[in-house]
Amino acid sequence: MDKILEVNDLEVNFNTYNGTVHAIRGVSFDLNAGETLAIVGESGSGKSITVRSIMQLLASNSDITNGSIKYHGDDLLKKSDKEMDKIRGNKISMIFQDPMTSLDPTMTIGKQVAEPLRIHKNISKKAALKRAEEVLNLVGIPNAKGRLNDYPHQFSGGQRQRIVIAIAIVDYPEILIADEPTTALDVTVQAQIIDLLKELQEKIGTSIIFITHDLGVVAGIADRVAVMYAGRLVEYGNVDDIFYNPQHPYTWGLLDSMPTLDVDENQHLNSIPGTPPNLLNPPKGDAFAPRNKYALEIDLEEQPPFFKVSKNHYAATWLLHPDAPKVTPPASVQRRFDEYKKLGETNNG
Amino acid sequence: MENLPNISKDKLKLVTKTNDQDKEKLDTPSLTYMQDVRRRLFSNKVSMVTLTILVIIILISILAPLIAPHDPNAQQVTYANLPPKLAQLNIPGFNGFQNQNGHMVDAYKQLNVPKGQYYILGTDYLGRDLLSRIIYGTRLSLFVAFVATLVDLIIGVPYGIISGWRGGRVDAFMQRFIEIISSVPNLIVVILMISVLQPGITSIILAIAVTEWVTMARLVRAQTFQLKEQEYILAARTLGESSFKIAMKHLIPNLSSTIIIQTMFTIPTAIFFEAFLSYIGIGVPAPNASLGTLLSNGQLSFRFLPYQMWAPAIILSIIMICTNLLGDGLRDAFDPQSDH
Amino acid sequence: MADQKEKIVEVKHLKQYFNIGKKNEVKAIDDVSFYIYKGETLGLVGESGSGKSTTGRSIIRLYSPTDGEILFEGQDISKIKNHSKNMKKFRKEMQMIFQDPYASLNPRMKVKDIISEGLDIHGIATGKEEREEKIAELLDMVNLNPEHMSRYPYEFSGGQRQRIGIARALAVDPQFIIADEPISALDVSIQAQVVNLLQDIQKERGLTYLFIAHDLSMVKYISDRIAVMYHGKIVELASADEIYDNPLHSYTKSLLSAIPIPDPETEKKRTRIDFDHSQAFTDQHSFREVLPGHFLYCTEEEAANIK
Repeated sequence: MDKILEVNDLEVNFNTYNGTVHAIRGVSFDLNAGETLAIVGESGSGKSITVRSIMQLLASNSDITNGSIKYHGDDLLKKSDKEMDKIRGNKISMIFQDPMTSLDPTMTIGKQVAEPLRIHKNISKKAALKRAEEVLNLVGIPNAKGRLNDYPHQFSGGQRQRIVIAIAIVDYPEILIADEPTTALDVTVQAQIIDLLKELQEKIGTSIIFITHDLGVVAGIADRVAVMYAGRLVEYGNVDDIFYNPQHPYTWGLLDSMPTLDVDENQHLNSIPGTPPNLLNPPKGDAFAPRNKYALEIDLEEQPPFFKVSKNHYAATWLLHPDAPKVTPPASVQRRFDEYKKLGETNNG
Repeated sequence: MENLPNISKDKLKLVTKTNDQDKEKLDTPSLTYMQDVRRRLFSNKVSMVTLTILVIIILISILAPLIAPHDPNAQQVTYANLPPKLAQLNIPGFNGFQNQNGHMVDAYKQLNVPKGQYYILGTDYLGRDLLSRIIYGTRLSLFVAFVATLVDLIIGVPYGIISGWRGGRVDAFMQRFIEIISSVPNLIVVILMISVLQPGITSIILAIAVTEWVTMARLVRAQTFQLKEQEYILAARTLGESSFKIAMKHLIPNLSSTIIIQTMFTIPTAIFFEAFLSYIGIGVPAPNASLGTLLSNGQLSFRFLPYQMWAPAIILSIIMICTNLLGDGLRDAFDPQSDH
Repeated sequence: MADQKEKIVEVKHLKQYFNIGKKNEVKAIDDVSFYIYKGETLGLVGESGSGKSTTGRSIIRLYSPTDGEILFEGQDISKIKNHSKNMKKFRKEMQMIFQDPYASLNPRMKVKDIISEGLDIHGIATGKEEREEKIAELLDMVNLNPEHMSRYPYEFSGGQRQRIGIARALAVDPQFIIADEPISALDVSIQAQVVNLLQDIQKERGLTYLFIAHDLSMVKYISDRIAVMYHGKIVELASADEIYDNPLHSYTKSLLSAIPIPDPETEKKRTRIDFDHSQAFTDQHSFREVLPGHFLYCTEEEAANIK
């Protein structure tokens, strides 16, 4: 497969009065052409900062201290603002969480959708508007032609997010970064937007980086999944690897704390105790260790490296060391393992 | 991972848990909101410099009777229009010399001022000590500013809170009233006051009392509208807290930044308003000094005796600039997002 | 749960309109009736604009209802005056937990002052020592370190703040708590902590909850019965299992079909059901009990078919 984006050992710091926050502490991943990579993590895990680094949209007090972000082999971190302007909104575009604030309330949607074309491509206003209409049709705005001159407030929340997506894809970007695009939406609208993104990907072949905290959404959209915690990736692999054969205790904890519809009401939900660490002083060793009931002594001292689980599936936990004790994962995770075996059988059979 | 790190087996043991409570311990130092504001303010050099200057000016005007070298209203016509002179130091501009028909002449000698008697900023056309007049003038200007602030706090803040909190018809009525007041130009209010009362500090203060609180009331109302939908206010209501207590415990502390910042902008407005009135001759009556009357007098002889206008003009500018800059600094200090 | 089946709250034909008589009149709640048994958790789900939060706020009398009755322990509280004696008594019995852990705590107040606000209003634990003891006890109950009572809200994480909010509500020892999306702003791993805490407290104190949410999987877990709200109306109300196993209203079906499940195989097979709004609200429609304990907003004909 074609790797179009490679992030290598990215480190990002934020300078605050209280000191330096080590928000991203060595993140590496790559993105293949035409796939959807989901980055999952809780608030503060650094998932948004990671993608903002790719777009070079970080706050002014931030500092990329290490790493490279290679787009077709070119390091984006070495590009000037002007060169980035040519890439942003054209080759790589982004959708944000809140459709209410991502649109300019004083500009007609036709103009807003056509704007990237007017900036990046030297085409006439008429042609750009024609294209805007096509794209609005594509994202499912009914009667797009008649609504080009409408303003954002005349659309519902779900339709606004469709318009935001239209702006992002109007120039057929190679990479679409979606930063929690459905978090602010209702479930039924969320389902529609996810279906739309999947459909668009088939039609225009764009690669998607999908940021979310919702594992349910991930299961529905991702080809590959990267799980992030406290500024680092803890596990990544194909979507089936993560959901049916998870190896990192944090991934276990996340999967286990979601109530499934058949959970017994009289039984406690499983939760991850405590709160994520303060990245002003990142802990030595594995950042998840203090909340981890499967923590090993070594976790408190040394950061675990990535252990290979299977092809494309890696997890950073000392539990995968051959000499580590065997532990019993939570019951719900064991049921997932069973599912994995069945899947393997049906795939082989 | 082809090369497995070599880890001793005893490190690959499950951690035995000790104290669960520890996980919920906060490890950051406790800092109250006001401490945080102070910290941000203190780290802002411009704010600190302006604050120091303002404190000095305020101290001088409070201690005016002790500091002023002369009686500000005592006339000594024989010593009229003396240039600045600072002791026996021979600093150009402060040595008592002045340009007469192209020659530098020692004006003090000319008028037979006894040795040892000097006026740091010179004297005016009636022989009154300018420095003393400026000190007293500043004192008066600051007093006007103080009253304006008081009016802001006593009328503007409660008016805004009530209007915003009650909303609906009460708010509509109160806002119409504000619109009526602010649609009448200040100057007309003053002229009306003067025609009823006599020109002087009372009518200036009354004029300010009538008009100056409007901006504060508007700002406080707008903010109250936002605050009253905040969930902590709703929580207080569901607990059965009275409206007065909600205003005191929840609204005012959260309005404090708006209030303090607006005050910093009220002060220069009020000072300038007074100076303007005095300058056009309907402010403080003679012989009392205010920065406005000093400017007005100085302007008459500016071409020949420029120092008579320079000094009050500089003081007025310093006060205006400092309060404005401090206002900006405070606004930044109260805004937690300006942390970098 | 609810053995004795005593109704603690009964809402009858509640209407809550805003901007009445103006161009932008909103019928946020339009003729809603339901009841809550003592000791149970009633889940109220719906999407934004459905009126679910307004329902909670009307019941706790943050709003004055336009029409209808709200019976709390048999007494109509829909018309009692703000700051009256009856209102104060009622304020002690019913409390609310809010959605946004960042907006629900006054940033200028210490945790102990936040929690003790209700104590002061209702004259509970008046002495300084008694007061601090009570605050410490409440903090302990929500699994927070009582040593932190002199800290400010912003020093806590979202989940911790939400627990401070719970402690504030519990301080006045209420019988009934309205939880208005208490977990939707929290991370997944923290949501479970707060839900477990709410359930433990419910068992310990025999509380009744109205749990408002849009996250259906969590509602299913925490609720005994569930009401589904759409456009200011309750369209379906039944036991939690019944709603999930035998949804009757097409809106409920569409809502259930949209829940994302953390399981790729299930997601692959998922088919979305779209809801046709235009057919659901005619003059013939009203709220009826179509099966024992299963209420549906439907026409008489539809009801007959189901029976």
